[in-house]
Amino acid sequence: MRFLRRALGGLILSLGLATTAWAQAPFITVASTTSTEQSGLFAHILPKFKEATGIEVRVVAVGTGQAFAIARRGDADILLVHDTAGEEKFIAEGYGIARTDVMYNDFVLIGPKSDPAKVAEAESITDALQRIAKAQVPFASRGDDSGTHRTELRMWELAGIKPGGSWYRELGSGMGPTLNTAAAMDAYVLADRATWIAFDNRQNLEILFEGDKALFNQYGSVLINPERHPHLKHDLAKKWHDWLISSNGQEAIASYKLRGQQLFFPNAE
Amino acid sequence: MNQSLSLSSLLPLELEQVSFSHRGQTLLHAIDLRLGPRGKTIVMGPNGAGKSLLMRLCHGLLQPTSGTIRWAGKPQASRQEIRRRQAMVFQRPIMLRRSVLANVCYALAVHGVSWRQRNALAMQALEHMGLAALAQRPARVLSGGEQQRLALARAWALRPDILFLDEPTSALDPAATKAVEDAIEEFHRAGTRIVMSTHDLGQARRLADEVVFMCGGRLLEQTPAERFFEAPASLEAAAFVRGELIW
Amino acid sequence: MYDNSPWAAFELIARMDPVLISIVALSLKVSLSAVAIATLIGLPIGAAVALWRFPGRSLLIVILNAFMGLPPVVVGLAVYLLLSRAGPLGKYGLLFTPTAMIIAQFVLVLPIIAALARQVIEDLWQEYREQLGSLGVTRRRAIPTLLWDARFSLLTVVLAGFGRASAEVGAVLIVGGNIDGITRVMTTAIALETNKGNLALAMGLGVILLSLVALINAAAYLISETSRRRLG
Repeated sequence: MRFLRRALGGLILSLGLATTAWAQAPFITVASTTSTEQSGLFAHILPKFKEATGIEVRVVAVGTGQAFAIARRGDADILLVHDTAGEEKFIAEGYGIARTDVMYNDFVLIGPKSDPAKVAEAESITDALQRIAKAQVPFASRGDDSGTHRTELRMWELAGIKPGGSWYRELGSGMGPTLNTAAAMDAYVLADRATWIAFDNRQNLEILFEGDKALFNQYGSVLINPERHPHLKHDLAKKWHDWLISSNGQEAIASYKLRGQQLFFPNAE
Repeated sequence: MNQSLSLSSLLPLELEQVSFSHRGQTLLHAIDLRLGPRGKTIVMGPNGAGKSLLMRLCHGLLQPTSGTIRWAGKPQASRQEIRRRQAMVFQRPIMLRRSVLANVCYALAVHGVSWRQRNALAMQALEHMGLAALAQRPARVLSGGEQQRLALARAWALRPDILFLDEPTSALDPAATKAVEDAIEEFHRAGTRIVMSTHDLGQARRLADEVVFMCGGRLLEQTPAERFFEAPASLEAAAFVRGELIW
Repeated sequence: MYDNSPWAAFELIARMDPVLISIVALSLKVSLSAVAIATLIGLPIGAAVALWRFPGRSLLIVILNAFMGLPPVVVGLAVYLLLSRAGPLGKYGLLFTPTAMIIAQFVLVLPIIAALARQVIEDLWQEYREQLGSLGVTRRRAIPTLLWDARFSLLTVVLAGFGRASAEVGAVLIVGGNIDGITRVMTTAIALETNKGNLALAMGLGVILLSLVALINAAAYLISETSRRRLG
């Protein structure tokens, strides 16, 4: 009985000590997206930022929709997402005060080697999507309100198509699982280049269409409105924001390579 | 022989028109009983007569539906006070998952004995019941007879004014039964009032100073032992003593 | 984390990869803390509900039993809304920290421990009630006695709680944010690697997690068996 009491006391004490130990260095919480984190970019650039400023960056990587939700509630010090329209709305609603272009990566249209919809001959992304809709061949959509999903929906809108029907499969999944499912179904899928480069389970899939400017995925860093959420670390977040668009930050982004290929292209003004 | 603050005895115990009902069924009918300060009372009767119920009512484990129970002229007021000066041994002993010694110490602890004195008093009680050698054994590995003696040792440590026993040997072999009956005599010699139920006529003959006979939820007679076995007052008791089945 | 071969996970153990070690350590810290606190609070609650009759008791028991099946992701969401800056407890800044994860898992595990303890103690109380009553043990005094006597069954109850905590991903993912180096635990790491398509690595991590939990259970079983043999 006495042993139990002592063990419990020790546990509570060490729990207390442990939880105080980790919060000493200055840090900011950045709300970003799963595809960005999974590309490995942060593992590459965060140490450089820490070295330059001494600030630790904690990235909460969720779907784009959830990132906006977190930022609206004041749970993140700054946003780094790839949904320009959403970012502008965020600012218009008063949650953010400014946004800056930081970098872009691009989306590619992937499909089975046999290419039943003859997408490889398309002249634009809208042309490619129209071919798919006409041929009614399987298309795997992320369906999860992520940046990629929103881009995909915008492309369908540009092509004048409302996607639906048994050939259009909404999976509600992240990029990785969506690619896995597409590989298993021999389906077409829109993916970000970074996830595709790192993806190993390709089976019959390959890139069939790329390069249309509309497929460029613009990243923006959005500063949170201090009047809305005064408690946030706005000064530290500003340092991160400024570093991202500085020559050092832009260089760090460009120097990140996955399997020898550059994934992100800095384009801050 | 008790060690509590007040020196006056708990006894006599008086039940006046005590009835007990459960779920609309009356199980004990208007019991009148007086237990004096000394002796060994055996409560007898066929199964289902209400012997166990009567003991539990006296001990305070159950509350009567109607009627009063009085200890030493006072109604059953401070239950804790009164409970402390009684003890009960059940048909099947309930031991905690700890050592033999610890079980007796537990009872002493509940009764407010300081931890310094507990061990010594507990060992004393074990020695008295011949269980000292088993002090460190887990209580649950003891045989049925040993556990029942442990229950008696636990009661002994508390020095009760009155000891209730509910068919304590019905599950034991003859040797264990003898050991338990000897222990009961010890209590009696030390001045503890004994109230015990049994349906074993032989045991009743061996132990009883007086017999309370019950049948069908009624108390039919309360007679000194010698007279009861020779010439019981009620017909049912006579049939019972002859060995007939009654209810 | 890195290479996606079936053996990648075991290679990480073999060379004591620091990232893996820290993830395992955090997993244990979060789940064990949550279970410890839930046990401290849940056992007395279970015992109290077992022993006392009060209006609404049946309803409380049904709720406790039902909450054993609380979906982790729902608990995670609820705790997130509580701890979010925009929420009632926002000012403590607990979101996206291990503390938030402990809180969420505590909420998940508490009903399991309380509900199961209630059943165990209630059964034991039926058996012990008369004898304890005879000795003058009040219900309040009986609680520690019953809890101690039921310790072997209650150990299994605690292990059930630990199983639930160490296995769940939904709650810790939402309230912790799966931040690399800060709030990443085994289950969220597995979810991440699966999401990235690194299925073999994810499975390997899964095997490590299972082995860890099995080891803890084995240790608990050994302790209880030796104890039980000594004390009957």
